[in-house]
Amino acid sequence: MQFASRKKKLVSNPKTELYTEPLQFYGQPPLENISLSEFEAFAVDRLRLLKTVENSGVSMVKRGDDYKKKLESELKALDFPYREDVEEPEKRRKDHISHFILRLAYCQTEDLRRWFIQQEVDLFRHRFKGLSPKQKLEFLHKNNLQYNTISGEEKEQLKNELLNSSHGVSGVSLEHDFYKVPFQDALDLVRTRKVYLKEGYAYIPQSEIVAIVLNDFRTRLSKALAVSIHVCFLSDVLLFLICSHSYFGQDYSGQKNVGKISLEQIDSLAGKSFPLCMRQLHKALRENHHLRYGGRMQYGLFLKGIGLSLEQALQFWKMEFIQGKVDADKFDKAFAYNIRHMFGKEGKRADYTPYSCMKVILSNPPSQGDYHGCPFRHSDPELLKQKLQFYKVSPSGVNQILELVKGMHYQLACQKYFELTHNVEDSAFSLSHPNQYFIESQKLLGGGKDVKRETETPQRSQENSAAKGPAAAREPAAVESQHLAEMTANLETDFLKTDF
Amino acid sequence: MSSSDYDPACLPDLLPLYYRRLFPFAQYYRWLSYGGVQKSYFQNREFSFTLKDDIYVRYQSFSTQNELEKEMQKMNPYKIDIGAVYSHRPNQHNTVKSGSFQALEKELVFDIDMTDYDDVRSCCSAADICSKCWTLMTIAIRILNRALRDDFGFQHLLWVYSGRRGVHCWVCDEAARKLSAAARSAVAEYLSLVKGGEENVKKIVLTDPIHPFIGESLSVVEDYFTRYALQEQDILGRRESVDKVLALVPEDVRRELQQFFQNERNPEKRWKLIKDQARAKQTTAKKRHFDKEIMLQYCYPRLDINVSKGVNHLLKSPFSVHPKTGRISVPIDLKDLDKFDPFAVPTISLICEELDRLKPEEEQTKSEDSKEKENEKDTAEKRKNREGSCRNHKLLKG
Repeated sequence: MQFASRKKKLVSNPKTELYTEPLQFYGQPPLENISLSEFEAFAVDRLRLLKTVENSGVSMVKRGDDYKKKLESELKALDFPYREDVEEPEKRRKDHISHFILRLAYCQTEDLRRWFIQQEVDLFRHRFKGLSPKQKLEFLHKNNLQYNTISGEEKEQLKNELLNSSHGVSGVSLEHDFYKVPFQDALDLVRTRKVYLKEGYAYIPQSEIVAIVLNDFRTRLSKALAVSIHVCFLSDVLLFLICSHSYFGQDYSGQKNVGKISLEQIDSLAGKSFPLCMRQLHKALRENHHLRYGGRMQYGLFLKGIGLSLEQALQFWKMEFIQGKVDADKFDKAFAYNIRHMFGKEGKRADYTPYSCMKVILSNPPSQGDYHGCPFRHSDPELLKQKLQFYKVSPSGVNQILELVKGMHYQLACQKYFELTHNVEDSAFSLSHPNQYFIESQKLLGGGKDVKRETETPQRSQENSAAKGPAAAREPAAVESQHLAEMTANLETDFLKTDF
Repeated sequence: MSSSDYDPACLPDLLPLYYRRLFPFAQYYRWLSYGGVQKSYFQNREFSFTLKDDIYVRYQSFSTQNELEKEMQKMNPYKIDIGAVYSHRPNQHNTVKSGSFQALEKELVFDIDMTDYDDVRSCCSAADICSKCWTLMTIAIRILNRALRDDFGFQHLLWVYSGRRGVHCWVCDEAARKLSAAARSAVAEYLSLVKGGEENVKKIVLTDPIHPFIGESLSVVEDYFTRYALQEQDILGRRESVDKVLALVPEDVRRELQQFFQNERNPEKRWKLIKDQARAKQTTAKKRHFDKEIMLQYCYPRLDINVSKGVNHLLKSPFSVHPKTGRISVPIDLKDLDKFDPFAVPTISLICEELDRLKPEEEQTKSEDSKEKENEKDTAEKRKNREGSCRNHKLLKG
């Protein structure tokens, strides 16, 4: 174990000598060797950071004080550079390396790239704004953004145009410098017509130079990711390394809850405490007396997670299917095997864990005749709206949910659904698993004793070989690494069809 | 006159003649080669053909002008589209490792279609156009042409009549061809003012201060508004039209105007009343610009952003024939913009007929004639070639 000794080393560490700049464009990849554990830890931490960036960006105003404080505390907690005036080469090194690790993981599909770029841009914006004016200028020059300011005469000549086009930007006056920037480097300002254009140049007030830098950062990152994808085989190795450690944290295998739920309760529980995906599956099962394989897996494992025993499960499914086109014999022959398999009583005897939200969202999209998947991801917005209205969600609530769906924040949409159906302002948890939804719901509704919350100790899923877990105790981090693991495990989905 | 002679059923007979004797291959090739500065620029360009019976073939590409000619004369396409310049020859894209075949460059293009104005023109609808509503295209060309040149600095623009109900613009500058999809989208959004679909009554809202671009565009609209909107379209004449205009005005002002209009029938005087009301409301925050908003909603160009956004988007080629009208997609000379008459654009039947009418003794003059036709079409071509030849010149100079 080398952790202790590494912490003691200060600036004299040759690895950190390079990190003299507070902020960088991540132009050059790291060239050193690092240990596997550091590799994993860095990746997980940055993922956690980006998740916080995402959640904060959705629930708070991006330039507000709350947002700034949240990011600052997260950066500090995760050992990333959070104050650009302090020389922290170790943290800068971590920032550098972790960015590149995630780059390789997230370059694989269009959706992943888009997500990664968005969070990195937001993070960069926060950190760039934290630089002093002097540092900002240094940054511009060190990164080849040689934009020139316009002369006093030109400013006078274009006085009216400059004022009339930049007025939307707060705090602009003619005393400030104006930069002449090729319009291609100021697309966000051009798109919204917040800037004066003349002969292909945008005249940017000093205060808006952030937008330019961000645009540049976004473009560079986008290009870099597009190139990374050709290094596919290498990233597979990296991903394997990241995922080879076990998934720690809640797997909701429900072993502690077996027998606590009776079959008669299921209908009412479906209405009160099931997330929308499971509610939908339950309804379809009751109505059609049948579910196809994908639905049986997603719903069946969920039921196992909330505490159904194998015997109960067999009874539950059989009772339902018999009312349909399946007789008792056929059920025993064709479907019982599937259920026993879910409980680890057949085949390789793997005790499968209920699907997390990421798995439901990213893998096995439903087709005609299917009811599984995530309704926020897979339902047509119109149908989703109808469904929500049918479940008596208020019109404003429906709109909030649809907005989140539009922004592809499916889990946040489900969380909002939780808040609206349970009549709470803030759900006080970060949704990542349908069984978590159920547990939180039961907690809220006062079902405290029966459904005990799993303790913080990590559980190893029997599917993976035992391996050391440096971040064992941190549940959110584990969920994040699960995010990564689930994603990579499911790359054989239709997401792979991308065009650049 | 000529349009009534055009019969789509004759296309199979007319097209071979057109492609053999009239299509300006030399100039076309010269344009799309851009001086041969970039290797394989022409060879990697995608063309698509629509053949008889609506058969559509993509990823056509050609090594030389000759190959292009031979293929077009063989296939006699009903319609030709031009796509992007790719990383590899489009007709070999299946042999390329998946993911490597990419669209690299293409002209920045705009498509203005008259049907997008159906809610504000009373003379025609859908695919119909007339001399009255054609003014909308004139206004669109003036506004966009100015913006693309003065604001964005582009210099090599080709405006083309689409053949039926609109115009296209091809921006051929090197900088334009190299724009990313995000940049194209940003340019198109900068140029878009009219927003909203069926459910939106009011499609433009202006806030202070008015951006210089909007100011410039308004000047152009003002040049045409009286004649086009007040007289020809008579938007303040008929009851329904008046109601539509007043729907764009704030409620309290609307009532006052409705009262005034009972005593004032003259459209131009009615318009002045609207403008006066707008000026009078200068003191209250948001109600200032409804007169300008009306002008823009009725006249400002409506472009289809999707056409401009994609680097790989295919657009109808200049000199292509429009199968429904028979008209050739001809370049529009901006020097005589106000005189351009879409109904005077030659149809394929007309020009083929002109060719046939020449007697054998005039074989000599016939070839000169067709050369002349080529020269007419040449003027606009030259503009784009200037870019390529200028660069060539610079190269020669070292």
